[in-house]
Amino acid sequence: MKRTTTATFGALAALTLALPAQAEISDDVLKIGVLNDQSGLYTDLAGPGSVEAARMAVEDFGGTVNDKEIEILSADHQNKPDVGSSIVREWIDEEGVDVIVDVPTSSVALAVNEITREKDTALLVNGGGTTRLTNDDCSPTTVHYAYDTFSLAKGTGQAIVQEGGDSWFFITADYAFGHSLEQDTAAVVEENGGEVLDTIRHPLDTSDFSSYLLQAQGSGAKVIGLANAGSDTTNAIKQANEFGIVQGGQSLAALLMFITDVHALGLETAQGLQLTTGFLWNMNDDTKAFAERFAERRDGQYPTMVHAGVYSSVSHYLKAVAEIDDDGGEAAVSQMKQMPVDDFFAPNGEVREDGRMVHDMYLVEVKSPDESEGDWDYYNLVATIPGDEAYKPLSDSTCSLVN
Amino acid sequence: MTAAKENTQTMSTGQKISNALSDRRVHLAGFGVGILLIAIAPYLGLYPIYLMKLLCFALFAFAFNLLLGFVGLLSFGHAAFFGMASYISAHTIKVWGFTPELGVAAGTLVACVLGLAFGSLAIRQRGIYFAMITLALAQMVYFFALQAPFTHGEDGIQGVPRGELFGFIDLSQTMNLYYFVMAVFILGFFIIYRAIHSPFGQILKAVRENESRVTSLGYNVTALKVGAFTLSATITGLAGATKAVVFQSATLTDVHWSMSGEVVLMTLLGGMGTVLGPLFGAGIIVTLQDYLAGMGSWVTVITGTIFVVCVLTFRRGVVGELTRMLRIHS
Repeated sequence: MKRTTTATFGALAALTLALPAQAEISDDVLKIGVLNDQSGLYTDLAGPGSVEAARMAVEDFGGTVNDKEIEILSADHQNKPDVGSSIVREWIDEEGVDVIVDVPTSSVALAVNEITREKDTALLVNGGGTTRLTNDDCSPTTVHYAYDTFSLAKGTGQAIVQEGGDSWFFITADYAFGHSLEQDTAAVVEENGGEVLDTIRHPLDTSDFSSYLLQAQGSGAKVIGLANAGSDTTNAIKQANEFGIVQGGQSLAALLMFITDVHALGLETAQGLQLTTGFLWNMNDDTKAFAERFAERRDGQYPTMVHAGVYSSVSHYLKAVAEIDDDGGEAAVSQMKQMPVDDFFAPNGEVREDGRMVHDMYLVEVKSPDESEGDWDYYNLVATIPGDEAYKPLSDSTCSLVN
Repeated sequence: MTAAKENTQTMSTGQKISNALSDRRVHLAGFGVGILLIAIAPYLGLYPIYLMKLLCFALFAFAFNLLLGFVGLLSFGHAAFFGMASYISAHTIKVWGFTPELGVAAGTLVACVLGLAFGSLAIRQRGIYFAMITLALAQMVYFFALQAPFTHGEDGIQGVPRGELFGFIDLSQTMNLYYFVMAVFILGFFIIYRAIHSPFGQILKAVRENESRVTSLGYNVTALKVGAFTLSATITGLAGATKAVVFQSATLTDVHWSMSGEVVLMTLLGGMGTVLGPLFGAGIIVTLQDYLAGMGSWVTVITGTIFVVCVLTFRRGVVGELTRMLRIHS
């Protein structure tokens, strides 16, 4: 009898120990880790700007969540998956970081995605673009927020094919993001009756595009699709200008361009380019208010869709954590999925079960220098693409979380 | 008179220490303490993943030191063995479902074959030409890794499951993994230690000092060098394959030429040609990289500066200088 009692008590004690920690904010502090490129080709579009955006979101939230301090850490992943994943591993193991934000460079985002899934930590991807994050590699702890390659393809690709650009040549950055963007755009081109003549891939962070551009010129394609980002895109456009590609009758399609890229190119070079973005800073008073506050804190740099997305995603995450008083990755993300997003970035946004945040995207055309009314006034809105058209329908998703 | 007496006394103590340093029993005792330290390090509050990274790089540097310090061959292509082994081990574990020990063995084997091939080709040249050939061959491996479908180019192989060692030890438990890495490290270190202190190692040192004389004694110097090169490549592969299991990934960083440079730096900083030097060198570099990670590309500038300081002021490396000081001053 006595024996059984001891055994029962033992078992009970073991059970208590084995129970998961109570739903609460771990270590009495909520730590946000902003991971991005702070020294390389994606510094302008994400970089310190994203850290500032996260800081603004925390300040606007009041600096604490359910009386627990909020702390922000940041690090440079140098666009290398191994560097990014070891930083994240250490952040989670040693620092107790609860949420990872931004992560441009899809290869790094995919690597981090594996770790946050394993360690039940939330991941809010803004900078990274690959649709793999919400399809084959989707995770219950990941939200893909600002944009993805499907929405870019849908916006820019479709518009260009419908205007008669029906034969394409792709110059693609040779990593997850480039592949994903090229694949999604090619699908849109073919769906709309166009054809893809050929594809050439270049390493990430290339400075000399001449051989790629000459091949593209020789292919006779009407449209040269640039499936790359950051300074890769701006370098390619500048050099295409030098080769007189546009004057020769071919057109360039920059499939992913940020306002900072347009700023770097200058309107003289960039005018007339069509591109898709998730955020227009001068759309309405709310967006203007955010952009001007941001610019003030960033020495005049206006926010890209990544910066605005970081702000919005961090706010949404904090609201979710406050609601359930739990900073576990899966718990917080599933709460984010239940609450609608409603702010200047995504007035009618929702986080779907595959982790995709669905919101309107905008097809814009870069203004000519005469049209521009001042600094950073670069875009003419061509069309608004409603969220349910801009993003891949759930019925086509290959994500295991979607039944 | 007294001064002279003191002098003789100092000499004899110096001699004693010098003898002690090369005494095998002292070595064994030292290793015992070392192993104990490594075994308890995670309980002293050090981050286990950091320690595992350190052990992998220390093993890499040991293997490199075998070639540079004991045969006098400066290879600039060791990243090829390190990186290729990590790709093979990651791929076999992730895609083919190998258990970790088989994956690591497969990676090591590939590095061994690659080392034999590269060694046979490169060993025909000396000095800078040898270094250049190894670099060229390693660059070929790099571009292979960039383009081959199974390595996934810039993305690398991610999310490699840690799996179960021998089918029943769960390596997803950090401490289990730690002791696995420690065992691999000790195995690799012991092989190198034995090689250095065997007749084979003695002849290698003789080759370093005077190659023609060794030839005239009737040894096949080319075969000896190829043997040493292959052994070094194999242990390098063992380190790379283990690193893939620890970090659950294999990427281009491991196979990039800067990795070859990093191991040269570790070896020189720690003390070329000393048994324990590479461990210290790896420790310094890995620690710097870890603690300065937040500073991004400044890490390279700082390690570069340290390298310059090392070459200018203590050319024998940390361990080399320490041993010398012990010999002179005591």
